[in-house]
Order: sequence, then C-alpha cells, then structure tokens
Amino acid sequence: MTDARTAILGRLRAGGGEGPLPPLDTAVMERRQWDPAERVGRLRRGMEAVHTEFLDATPSDWPAVVRAFCDREALPNLLFGPTSEAGAALTAAWPTGGTQLLPYDRPVEAFKEELFTTVAAGFTGTVGGVAETGGLLLMPGPAEPRLLSLVPPIHLALLRASTLQDSLWHAVKALGWGRSLPPNALLISGPSKTADIEQTLAYGVHGPKRLIVVLVDDLA
Amino acid sequence: MHAEREILFRESAAAALLDPQLRANFRRAMDGLISKRQAQFPDPRDLQELRDLSTAIRSRSLLRLPELLEQLEASCTKNGIQVHWAETCEQANALILGLLRTRGAKTLVKGKSMVSEEMHLNAFLEANGVEAIESDLGEYIIQLDGETPSHIIMPAIHKNKDQIARQFSQKIKDAKYTEDVDELTAMARKVLRQKFLEADAGLSGVNFAVAETGTLCLVENEGNGRMSTHVPPLHIAVMGLEKVVADLESVAPLYAILTRSATGQAVSTYFNLITGPRGADEKDGPQEVHLVILDNGRSRIYADPELRATLRCIRCGACMNHCPVYTRVGGHAYEAVYPGPIGKILTPQMEGVGVRHDLVHGSSLCGACGEVCPVEIPIPEILVRLRREATHSDPGSNVAGKGTGRLAAEDWTWRLWAAVLKRPALYRLATWFATRLGDALPAGAPLLRDWTRTRTKPVPARRSLSERMRSEGGSHD
Repeated sequence: MTDARTAILGRLRAGGGEGPLPPLDTAVMERRQWDPAERVGRLRRGMEAVHTEFLDATPSDWPAVVRAFCDREALPNLLFGPTSEAGAALTAAWPTGGTQLLPYDRPVEAFKEELFTTVAAGFTGTVGGVAETGGLLLMPGPAEPRLLSLVPPIHLALLRASTLQDSLWHAVKALGWGRSLPPNALLISGPSKTADIEQTLAYGVHGPKRLIVVLVDDLA
Repeated sequence: MHAEREILFRESAAAALLDPQLRANFRRAMDGLISKRQAQFPDPRDLQELRDLSTAIRSRSLLRLPELLEQLEASCTKNGIQVHWAETCEQANALILGLLRTRGAKTLVKGKSMVSEEMHLNAFLEANGVEAIESDLGEYIIQLDGETPSHIIMPAIHKNKDQIARQFSQKIKDAKYTEDVDELTAMARKVLRQKFLEADAGLSGVNFAVAETGTLCLVENEGNGRMSTHVPPLHIAVMGLEKVVADLESVAPLYAILTRSATGQAVSTYFNLITGPRGADEKDGPQEVHLVILDNGRSRIYADPELRATLRCIRCGACMNHCPVYTRVGGHAYEAVYPGPIGKILTPQMEGVGVRHDLVHGSSLCGACGEVCPVEIPIPEILVRLRREATHSDPGSNVAGKGTGRLAAEDWTWRLWAAVLKRPALYRLATWFATRLGDALPAGAPLLRDWTRTRTKPVPARRSLSERMRSEGGSHD
C-alpha cells in the first residue's frame, strides 16, 4: 500500500496548513494537586463510587490481608505472577491449604480454556494510582501478564499509598510514559461496567466483576 | 443528479417524529447525559481552559498532520506494530481481509469502532466468509437485530429494556425472558466470553494514536476492547488519519475532556495503551498488531482551512446529546454512519454535499453543538458554509459534490427574481399583482407548498410599502 501512503501524504502536504502552532496553556492540568494524604482519600472516593472495594493493609501484613480475603470469599484459586516482587512476597507468606496459588508462568496458549473457566481471581501489583479521578496504573509484562487483570472474575490489585500521583497528566510525566512505554500499560478505575441497556449501570460485563484494591499505607 | 437525492432527512425525520417510543427512549437518555456532563464541569473557568487546551492540542496535531503520521508510522514500526494505509474504505476492507486470510482467521471479535462502521466492514467480511462479532454490549445488541448504531457512543440507545429483553429471549440460545439489566448483561457476557476465547483475531478502533511513542490509546468501560486486543493472536486496529497526536502528554487533557463530555464520567473504567505486540518474554498479548490508517475523504476535508476544524473531532457525542433535532428524531433518521450535528457536517463532506444536501438544513442553528463541543468545532458555521457549498460551485472550493444540491426550480426562481429586480417597471407590475392577487394563490401551489407544509400561508399586504409612501406622503428621511 505504498501507493496509498504516498497519495495520502501527498494530498495532506499539498493541502497543508502553514502557520504558527497555537500555544498550549496547561495550567488547568498543572493545578490539580493534593497533598499525599488527601490523594489517598480522593482516589478511594473516586473508585468506591464505581464499586471498587478496598482492603486496608500495612507494608508487612498485606499478604495476610490478601489471604484473609481469599478465605472469606472461599476462593478456590488465585492466579498471580510468581516472578514479580509482590508475587514473591505472596508466595513466601502463603499458608498451604485453602485458596491455591496458581502461577501465571507459561504462555497463555497452554491454559487459555482454564484461564477463562476455572480461575477465580487474579492478583497484580500496580505502578501507581491517580488521585484526581481515582484509578490504578498498571504495566503488565513478562512478570505480570496482561490477562491477569482482565479475565478472572475478581481482580485484586496491590497499591502503595506512596505511589499515588495527582492526575494522569502528572503520572505520565512522573513515570516517564511520555518517552517510552512497554507493549501494554493501562489505567483501571473500577470493575468492568456498561450502561448500554437503558443507561442503567451494570457491573461485570466483560472484564472483572469485582475490583479489590489492597491499599498499603506506607506514607508514614 | 436526482437519482442521488433519494435519501431525504426531511422524510426520515418526519417518520421518526411519529414514533412515541423512540422519542421517549431518546429524550430520557439525552436528558440523563446532559445532566451528567454538566455535573462534571462545575467550574466554568476550568471547563473553558480545558476546552482551549484541547482545541489547541487538536489544532496543532492537524497543522503537523503529515509529519506526525510519518512519525507515528516510524514509531509503530520500531515497536513491532505493522502500519498500513488505505485511501478508501474498499482498500481498507481488502487489506483487513488479506491479513485475516493469510493467517487463516475465520472469526473476528470487535471492540467498538466507528471507522469500521464507516467501512461497513462486518457486511464485507460476512460476504467473504469471516464471522465478525461485535462485543461492545450496545453493538452486540444492535448486531443481533441487524441494525446500525443510533449514537456513536451508545449504539443501542434507541432501544429500551423491554425491547432488548424480547430480543435476547428470541435470539440467544437457551435464554429466558428477563427485563433485569444485570441478568441481560450476564447473558451477553456468557456468549461473548466464549467468542473472545475462540476468536482468531480481534479488531479495535483507536481513540488517540501517539506519534512520539507509537502508542494506540483505547478508552472503554466494558473490557471488551481489552479482550479484543489482548486475547486473540492477531490484533488489527483501524483509525481515521486525523486521530494522531504528538505525544502522550497531549493525550491526558483530551482523555479528561472526552469521558466527561461523552458520558459524564471523570474517567473511564479502562484506558488502555497499546505500544506493541507480545514482547519476547511476555506470556500473553497478540503475536501481531497491525494499524490501518484510513483516509476516506479526510485529506480533502483537510485541504480547506475552515472545514479542517471538522477533523478536530474526538468523537465524544456531546453534540448529539445536546441537539434538539437529534433528541427528537434519534440517530437512525440521519441514515448515516455518523448521526447528529457532527454527522451533519461530516457525512456530506465524505459522501458529497449533493447526495445528502438536506442534511445540512436539518438544523435550527441553535448553536448548542458548538457550545458543548470539547474541541470547539464551529459546527453551526460549518453547516451554513456547507449549505452554500451544496448549491454553489465556487472555483476555490474542493468540497465533494459542490453545487449538485441546487434544485432547478430554485435556480429558476432566483433568475426570475434577479430579472424582475433589475427592471423597475417589471418590478412595479409584479408587486402590483402580488399585493392584489397574491392571496388568491392556494397554499398548495407549487413552490409555495414547501413553505406552507409546516407554516401558515403568508398574506401579502394589500398595498406595497412604496405605494403607501407615495400616497401617504412619507419621506425617505
């Protein structure tokens, strides 16, 4: 389709607009700022408004908080990335019996059916959160595959309060996303939802039906 | 030219107005969307600043369009995303079919994409033996009934719960009748999860394409976009060539204003940034990602400095939500891929102003669309410009089908008018007849009936103003 390319770019150049680029006044983005404790409150309110659930934890007890949730919900299994830092911590602290830890350690093709049918929940870390609107920032990859946070009906996400950013605008800068990005990065603000039937909100349409944030208070 | 003028908005709108169920469905939905949007912009200063910034970002993107598209192509290629260009919908369809055939793909799951609607991709693929499954809940609902979207964000907004309940119970295997929205949603989830699992390929649109990083941004709430782009081994993304922006910093304000303007949400459930296929050590994600960049008349729109503003559109749908015409007639009356105010300026520019010449007249020019547009597209001004383009063949204009909407009767009327005005004696004679005999003309007379269809017949004064001035001794001072 080289011809199409040449023709299209040719037409655009011929019809092209010369002239100065209008200036960008980003003050409206810049001024969305809060102090660290306020950020936590905002994120929580924003995400709870769209049915996200929160579990409070400390830097040392979060694996136990995850485990207690799994026990309470009687989850048969929990899919996780064994080589991530959080994954390693989870493995180390996981008592035998009860909810089984399933490592996502092979290509999806080897267990796609199982992933869609028998996995009860997925656990991931996050690389930050967005205070302004509420939202988690994830960078899936080799250690935490993309489908961990999408296919299982429950998504548990570990969020450290110290990693909260003011807004997506600030996060893009702070995380260096503007320069280079991994093959996938995303923001998640709640469980999957739709309002396509009569504007009535329904949760769990395609992705997770529940999003559980394990919020680690590490601000002190 | 008359054969091309068969789709009349006037007629389909009149029919839609007589459907009370349709009008109730739209009125309720639009009222909800208007108040939700309003709640997201409590501070008018913030809103104006954000609109100004968003407008500037989109204007800059368009000013640098060819350069940014080349940069996008280079960045994507570096990331392993294969880039294709299509001048027409036919080219784009053939390209996609080629990609699917080479890989033996028989089923394609689709995230929501208006560009694929523009291409009529589903029908094309079905005709060529590929099953295309819409997975956005609204798109799935209308696909079951063989309908087209009636709104660019909420495609099934014309239907109410009872209609969907009946439809599901008839068309989904083993489905029971229920009007419970959660249960209906669960039914669709069950059917579509199986489709995601089995599909050979996935297709998506693109909300923003980032030139600097080679990233495709997808905004969604349901997760079907992520399913379509991450589960199957092949992901094909289609975008109109105007969707490119310079860098990811520029995307943040556009994303902030898009979700707020569209559905009154501060943020969508997912904001998915795709910068490449499955990496060397990754365990999932598509093996291949392709990006199809479609022109379909956009480069022609681009060449006109005034009309170019049409391409700033970020497809939020706020203009239709606030349009008094759209709210009353619904999306299908437009008989176009893009309905509502943005459709009224986009469709004639893509398909030709002569073909859809009365679309640009289907507006009260109240200005609501321009007022809510997050990127300040002067939709009313462009409508007026296109009204002129439909009936004039200005040499400097490259608008598709310019001048072809001119009616012979209209043309002759103006010529007659000009002839009369240029000859004072004739003018006086015509005025004398019009004032004395004009009232005798029946309301159903040719030409006059176009006016009297929705208005009372004007009654001419018995004597013209200049006659009265002469006889009553008025002066020109």
